[in-house]
Amino acid sequence: MDTFLIGLMAATLRVATPLLMGTLGELFAERAGILNLGIEGTMFFGAFVGFVVGGVTGSLWLGVLAAVLAGMLSGLLMAFLSVRLGVNQHVSGLGITLLLTGLSLFGFRLFYGEPRIPPAIEPFSRLSPFGQTPVLGPLFDQYALTYIAFGLVPVVWWLLYRTSFGLQIRAVGENPEAADAAGVNVYVTRYLALCIAGGLMGAGGAFLSLAQLGAFTYGIIAGRGWVCIALVIFGNWDPVKVLWGALLFGGVFDLQLRLQIIGLQLPYETFLALPYLVTILALAVAGRNAAYPAALLKPYRRE
Amino acid sequence: MLRLEIERAPAPIWMRSLIPVIAVLVTFVLTSVLVVWAGANPLAAYRHFLISPLSSKVSALEVLVKSTPLLLTGAAVAFAFSAGYWNIGAEGQLYAGAIAAAWLGVVLEGLPPVIAIPIMLAGGFVAGALWALPSALLKVKLAVDEVVTTLLLNSVVLFVVSALLNGPWRDPISGWPQSPEIAAGAAFPKLIPRSRLHLGFLVALLVIGLLWFILSRTALGLRMRAVGLGQEAARFVGVSVERTMLTAALVSGGIAGLAGVGEVAGIHFHLIEGISPGYGYTGIIIATLGGLHAAGVGLAALFIGLIDTGAQTVSRALGVPVYLGDVVQAALLLVTLGMFILQNYRIKVISD
Repeated sequence: MDTFLIGLMAATLRVATPLLMGTLGELFAERAGILNLGIEGTMFFGAFVGFVVGGVTGSLWLGVLAAVLAGMLSGLLMAFLSVRLGVNQHVSGLGITLLLTGLSLFGFRLFYGEPRIPPAIEPFSRLSPFGQTPVLGPLFDQYALTYIAFGLVPVVWWLLYRTSFGLQIRAVGENPEAADAAGVNVYVTRYLALCIAGGLMGAGGAFLSLAQLGAFTYGIIAGRGWVCIALVIFGNWDPVKVLWGALLFGGVFDLQLRLQIIGLQLPYETFLALPYLVTILALAVAGRNAAYPAALLKPYRRE
Repeated sequence: MLRLEIERAPAPIWMRSLIPVIAVLVTFVLTSVLVVWAGANPLAAYRHFLISPLSSKVSALEVLVKSTPLLLTGAAVAFAFSAGYWNIGAEGQLYAGAIAAAWLGVVLEGLPPVIAIPIMLAGGFVAGALWALPSALLKVKLAVDEVVTTLLLNSVVLFVVSALLNGPWRDPISGWPQSPEIAAGAAFPKLIPRSRLHLGFLVALLVIGLLWFILSRTALGLRMRAVGLGQEAARFVGVSVERTMLTAALVSGGIAGLAGVGEVAGIHFHLIEGISPGYGYTGIIIATLGGLHAAGVGLAALFIGLIDTGAQTVSRALGVPVYLGDVVQAALLLVTLGMFILQNYRIKVISD
């Protein structure tokens, strides 16, 4: 196979990694009936916390762990607002995004001041199980977190469709009254789902700062969280279909970078905007067939 | 013996009007942790936040300058949210209005202000509405979630701005990514000499007045609120849900576009990257704090304008990162949301 295609495929897997983590997280939340618009801020916060802890302790994996914990805290806050208090999910989620974005920028300024060159750390190195072998070598030349992200797809599928916990999550997202009547604790289930969701989102952010960039920048997430929300709809709330969506977006994203290099007579911003436009187009195609979890956006109050 | 009991009933009016005050206090107590972390005294910080900006005429006017785009984005969001249309795209629509103003401001060279300025406003309104159009059409024609598409278009408009400023509009002399300066006739006049307060503030107040009028005194407002309360019920009583949502979405986009015109024609006089540090998102905070009511939106925008100005004072005076302002605003939103719940309870004193 030609090197252009192999390179494109390998890069697609890399670009798709944070999206896949964020999307699987959002999928958990929405399957339990909560739209978490806190995702953009949670990924940003995860990228920030991961970078700081990774940099201070010198252990990148501790950074990832801290990002996951930070994401879980964000999930707890979302759960307190949307599950415990039952406030509007759109506004509370956006509020969390604004809060965590502000908090990360505030913390970054305190830790690093206003450096002319953004502080950097030595990022994760890639695993190359196939060494210099043609095709397989470059294709599998990936970060451990990429392996983990793709490995999570079957795990999430199994959790959602083959365990009683998954059944409970789907039940509280479709019909919380019936789930409650069957003895499921709706509140606890939604809290857990949002915690898992937040942890995945935080890890997605940490991938960007600790693996892909080795730095933390203000534009590090740049709307990726919103793309994840679109991918959940595009993938019809199914972990396997969501994977195809993440790969599609990752592919378009990397393709536009390569098109820029070829040097077509268009401003490079046209290509940067392309993945977002393709996502909107994909949503339009998915359109009316989108099967939203029936209880999404509806707070549950036990009578 | 006296007992206290909590029951589910609307709280008394004095209690409800206290909620914003309590929310502000709770927010400041929570965020004082950050002030201490930054090595400053919370009381000093909050004096700079709330009192210092109002203690001189110059800085008090600056609060109104900061409030100008916020009044508009707050009104834009409140307008759409009233009809149950979740327009999260005010940020992008603001930029669309700013692009239109930067273009018209140059094209209208030589025209007197009485002609040029109305065209600027109309152009910005149309541009904002046009940027809101794809999401609105996708929503009513194909049932595509407007939250996602408006958010994605916020990212796209930044690329459009960047393409314009690094391409055809790049300053030929300095090479800076900024559009050519708009004509003098297209610039908003100052309301008070030697301040930055410009015509846009009056436009914003007018829009707030119109928001009140449309929502509470017109058939359109009634239809919008009916759709916002429940689409099925609204459809049942003969309201065209699709047409009402489309109107709400486009007018909302147009109002946000006006905010962009004000920033170009009243403050910067050309288009630059980052002309809005998130005014569109702050509009969501303001609309929510204001309870989607015109007067509430007006007050909330002025208060957030005060916090924005105060954050810069705190930063200058005490070296606390200016992002404290963003954190305070977001925390205030979340605390207020939580406290709205209190509206539904009242405490009863029972004597046995």
